[in-house]
Amino acid sequence: MNALPRAVDLDLIGCRMCGLVCRNVPGNVKLDGDGVDDAMACPRCGSTLRRRKTNSYARTWALLIAGFLLYIPANVLPIMRTASLNDIDDNTIISGVVELWNNGSADLAVIVFTASIVVPMLKFLSLGMLLVSSQRGSDWARPQRARLYRLVEFIGYWSMLDVFVVALLTALVRFSVLSRVEPLPGVIFFGLTVVLTMLASMSFDPRLIWDGRSNDD
Amino acid sequence: MATAARNTDCLHAHSSDALLICEHCDTVYRRRPLARGEVARCVRCGAELDRHRALSANALLALILTAMIVFVQANIWPIFTLGLNGQFSATTLWGMIVTMWEQGAQVVAVLAAATLFFFPMTKMLVMGWLLWFARLGRRAPGFAPLMVALHRVGPWTMSEVFVLGALVAIVKAHTYFEVVADPGIYAYGALTLLITIFAGVDMRQLWEQTPEPKA
Ligand SMILES: [Zn+2]
Ligand SMILES: [Zn+2]
Ligand SMILES: [Zn+2]
Repeated sequence: MNALPRAVDLDLIGCRMCGLVCRNVPGNVKLDGDGVDDAMACPRCGSTLRRRKTNSYARTWALLIAGFLLYIPANVLPIMRTASLNDIDDNTIISGVVELWNNGSADLAVIVFTASIVVPMLKFLSLGMLLVSSQRGSDWARPQRARLYRLVEFIGYWSMLDVFVVALLTALVRFSVLSRVEPLPGVIFFGLTVVLTMLASMSFDPRLIWDGRSNDD
Repeated sequence: MATAARNTDCLHAHSSDALLICEHCDTVYRRRPLARGEVARCVRCGAELDRHRALSANALLALILTAMIVFVQANIWPIFTLGLNGQFSATTLWGMIVTMWEQGAQVVAVLAAATLFFFPMTKMLVMGWLLWFARLGRRAPGFAPLMVALHRVGPWTMSEVFVLGALVAIVKAHTYFEVVADPGIYAYGALTLLITIFAGVDMRQLWEQTPEPKA
């Protein structure tokens, strides 16, 4: 027996909801992340006990790809329109960052760039890499991959930043014909991208990183 | 404990050898008492397993009540005001949500209402309710479903992102308008601070701290 036994080896299941450790009857629940479990309820909180999140690979792939597809119009389409007496200006995510930079707020430009561009890209790349490597049962850099997953999970929701900026400016810049801000479709695509990528990282099961062929670590 | 559901045995808290499973890699540990401020980490994957409970139910409840008062303030006061040629324009959180709805961005309006109002409010009310009873050494009515709801709502509260968003919006607007910060933004700032404090609290400790009702 390994020095660090896993619940799988001991026929135990930890409840995702309340943390209760329960004993599983061997062979009752399949291990492959795609297995449909028999309904076993946690005796303490009533949630269904699962060795791995249901359909983790398929769900995560689907949500990640959907998120990526929406991320394209989110960047290409303008997210807001600023209209003044003699000028109409449509802003994309990137042009908003450039504007901040040019107006002397380099620090905020970096923050917005990170939240709107770096974090979503990091999510697509990291989750894609985690999915591929885990599906192959790779034992490459497992502790680092585990840490990467926790990072993605932790920072994901900060991408909503630009959506709130557009919402606030829309609500505030309302000086009839003098100056107005209106939301444009890009911001909707962007909001949906953030939701989908958050759902994607939630449906990925980090335990799959450790489920590969070899047990040495 | 004989609350055995089909095919499961309950192995937890009633015995001193309670086990702990790392949620991130499935490694099994024996639960051990932690020193003040100590955080137990998984040896295999580095995820946090357990942390010392620095705050009592009483202290937590006080924190939640404070957060609720601040939350109400953050929602009723304008966030900031813009001025242009003697005209002024201010908005509250709900003003923002309604404007987005009217401007055709209903998706954004719903997202903002959920992540900035309904989910944070649900979280605070549920935590307050559970802690009120935990203080009396009991499980609140609806304990199990409420604990599950709390767990699900957790990742979807975004007040702290909104504060940063307000800051960015102020800087952007400052180029063209007069900007006056209103009480709402300060309330949001305070709320973020409080949220950071109780973000580290694992409410799941209530499962162990309160006795199971006899089935
Ligand atoms: Zn449970
Ligand atoms: Zn029990
Ligand atoms: Zn672990």
